Amino acid sequence: MTPPEQAGPHPGMPTYLGMPSFPVAAKTAVADSQLRRNLAHATHTIRVKRAGAVGELADWQELRAAAKAIKDHTLAHLDTYLVRLEQNVTKAGGHVHWAQDAAEANAIVAGLVRAAGADRVVKVKSMATQETGLNEALAADGIGALETDLAELIVQLGHDLPSHILVPAIHKNRAEIREIFLREMPDAPPDLTDDPRMLAAAARAHLRQAFLSAQVGVSGANFAIAETGSLVVVESEGNGRMCVTLPQTLISVVGIEKILPTWRDLEVFLALLPRSSTAERMNPYTSIWTGVTPGDGPADFHLVLLDNGRTTALADQIGRQALRCIRCSACLNVCPVYERTGGHAYGSPYPGPIGAIISPQLRGISSPVDASLPFASTLCGACYEVCPVAINIPEALVYLRGKVVDAKREKHFSPERTVFHASGLVLRSPALLAAAQRAAAVGGRLVARSGRIRRLPPPLSGWTDTRDAPAPPPESFRAWWARTRGSQPRGSRPRRSRR
Amino acid sequence: MRIGLFVTCLTDTLFPDTGKAVVTVLERLGHRVEFPAGQACCGQMHFNTGYRREATPMARGFVAAFGGYQAVVTPSASCASMVREYYPALAAEAGDESLARAVAQIAPRTYELSVLLADVLGVTDVGAYFPHRVTYHPSCHSLRMLRVGDAPARLLGAVRGLDLVDLPDAESCCGFGGTFAVKNPDVSAAICADKVAAIRQTGAEVVCAADNSCLMHIGGALTRQRSGVATMHLAEILARTEDTP
Repeated sequence: MTPPEQAGPHPGMPTYLGMPSFPVAAKTAVADSQLRRNLAHATHTIRVKRAGAVGELADWQELRAAAKAIKDHTLAHLDTYLVRLEQNVTKAGGHVHWAQDAAEANAIVAGLVRAAGADRVVKVKSMATQETGLNEALAADGIGALETDLAELIVQLGHDLPSHILVPAIHKNRAEIREIFLREMPDAPPDLTDDPRMLAAAARAHLRQAFLSAQVGVSGANFAIAETGSLVVVESEGNGRMCVTLPQTLISVVGIEKILPTWRDLEVFLALLPRSSTAERMNPYTSIWTGVTPGDGPADFHLVLLDNGRTTALADQIGRQALRCIRCSACLNVCPVYERTGGHAYGSPYPGPIGAIISPQLRGISSPVDASLPFASTLCGACYEVCPVAINIPEALVYLRGKVVDAKREKHFSPERTVFHASGLVLRSPALLAAAQRAAAVGGRLVARSGRIRRLPPPLSGWTDTRDAPAPPPESFRAWWARTRGSQPRGSRPRRSRR
Repeated sequence: MRIGLFVTCLTDTLFPDTGKAVVTVLERLGHRVEFPAGQACCGQMHFNTGYRREATPMARGFVAAFGGYQAVVTPSASCASMVREYYPALAAEAGDESLARAVAQIAPRTYELSVLLADVLGVTDVGAYFPHRVTYHPSCHSLRMLRVGDAPARLLGAVRGLDLVDLPDAESCCGFGGTFAVKNPDVSAAICADKVAAIRQTGAEVVCAADNSCLMHIGGALTRQRSGVATMHLAEILARTEDTP
């Protein structure tokens, strides 16, 4: 069954209101030569490193199958495990809140921050809070949110949007980062160069005071373990460790699909995630906490469990596999489309192949960008091959394309639908196909030069702007066969007469 | 073996020489090739663009045309993977049990040319001669959907006179993607530009693949750039001999 389309564009991801369709946004991105160079360099580097890290494990495919099975089982019994998680978080002294959508999650967080008597928070990089537009919502409530992940800080200081799940500032090179720091960071050293170590040191000095004085920390979580109510954050810089240990109050906003039943399950994912995302055998910092411990870390812990379209996706037999995603971003790094466009064109905090199947499911397909996302792929399959939880992204893309087409069927006239309806009639009928081939041969001779067609009318001009099209030959294969070997039977193999 | 040739609508209409080459190679190896004239299109373009309903009658046409064959050969890894990977889903979705039964029969016996030759028939030397510098683009569907492995490379490696050169970043997509090339022309062209640059870097005279769709895309850019590099389907190289170089 088709889920009901949401009323306006992106009520679940307010930051991305009014984004243009993918082809329109991509046109600008593709024309930006600096962006193209930055992306090509970054994605190629990490692609090669990932292949090396994955190649070290002989049982990679078994791990991948296990991860898929664990996630599928958990999603099939999500009701059980969510309640178990809530019970165990509560037992360990934490508080659990349930948020149906972005607005509810943001309101819960803002209320908790005010209750803690704070007017600013330090944040660990979190996809869930990017999804809900938490920073913007807090700002509207007079609460400042400071991103403490280096790349996320660069994006925040640059008044920009993240363009990659793991490396939000992948679209910026170090010269551009230096400019942003000098312009936006009051305490940046005036002699700052674009040396990566110096850039990192400047950010560290900038963030240190904020860590030490923060009352409230906000995080997401990579995993939530139901059997003990424990949360897991996997990171590289140590900023996450400080955010979840230094403030008195910790608020974690976590999608309901992040749950794992047991600690045994976590082992599989800790083998898969770092190698898939940063090409490391193990990430530098893994923080795990269970409720509160007097005298050690936050005294007040709140878990906000976020739906925001996830249960709608869960109800879809093909689409639900996207909920297995562990946000490693391996699919972005191998995607030929992402490599040329970067993340902004996807109009969502979830870019790349996984974004193209997650965003239209979480937000519905009523907006131009969401209706265009399933088509933003060549279906090359590189994403499926690297996915550590074996999400068949091409299958889901093609399936969602069908939903987009079907949603428009009963509506207004569409030139594309007319073309596909007519070509469908021709391509299922040998006689019509043969007639079309004869017509094409005549037409081809009129427009072709040296066997190539250099210009076609729209929408095919999109092809011939940069590529020639082949001219139809004077004789199709079937015409040649009929002429030279025509005695053979026509139609299907004559096991029985078709007359 | 009596083999049904599924030539595909693209090759039938635009690249008939590929179809003739498949017939030449298989007959040279002593097989009987037939072209059931009831065939048309496998429906992949419609299916992949979201017109799944329109693709179902094409699947019915395919199984009607090829139902009686021991083996079906096609010079397209992409169309072969449509039949093998997606026809079962299409039949299930249409709730058509007789189609599902026919698909279960014929899909596993539908082979891309290099797989039929190297893996099913166990032949790598097909008696070909092609004294040129060639690079091979492993099309995405051959590589990642159909998983033809090194079958094309083994076949090309046995062609006398052929100098096979590695294509840098070979496993990257060419940017065709069917209707993607028209719906997202800017991105498609950008991907293609890098593929063409890699091909030209090899110094090959010919770029070869197991899919005319990718070759049409790559070739469109190569001729626009007046690069002098030709595109040839694998079958056409395998059909060449000393007598017909």
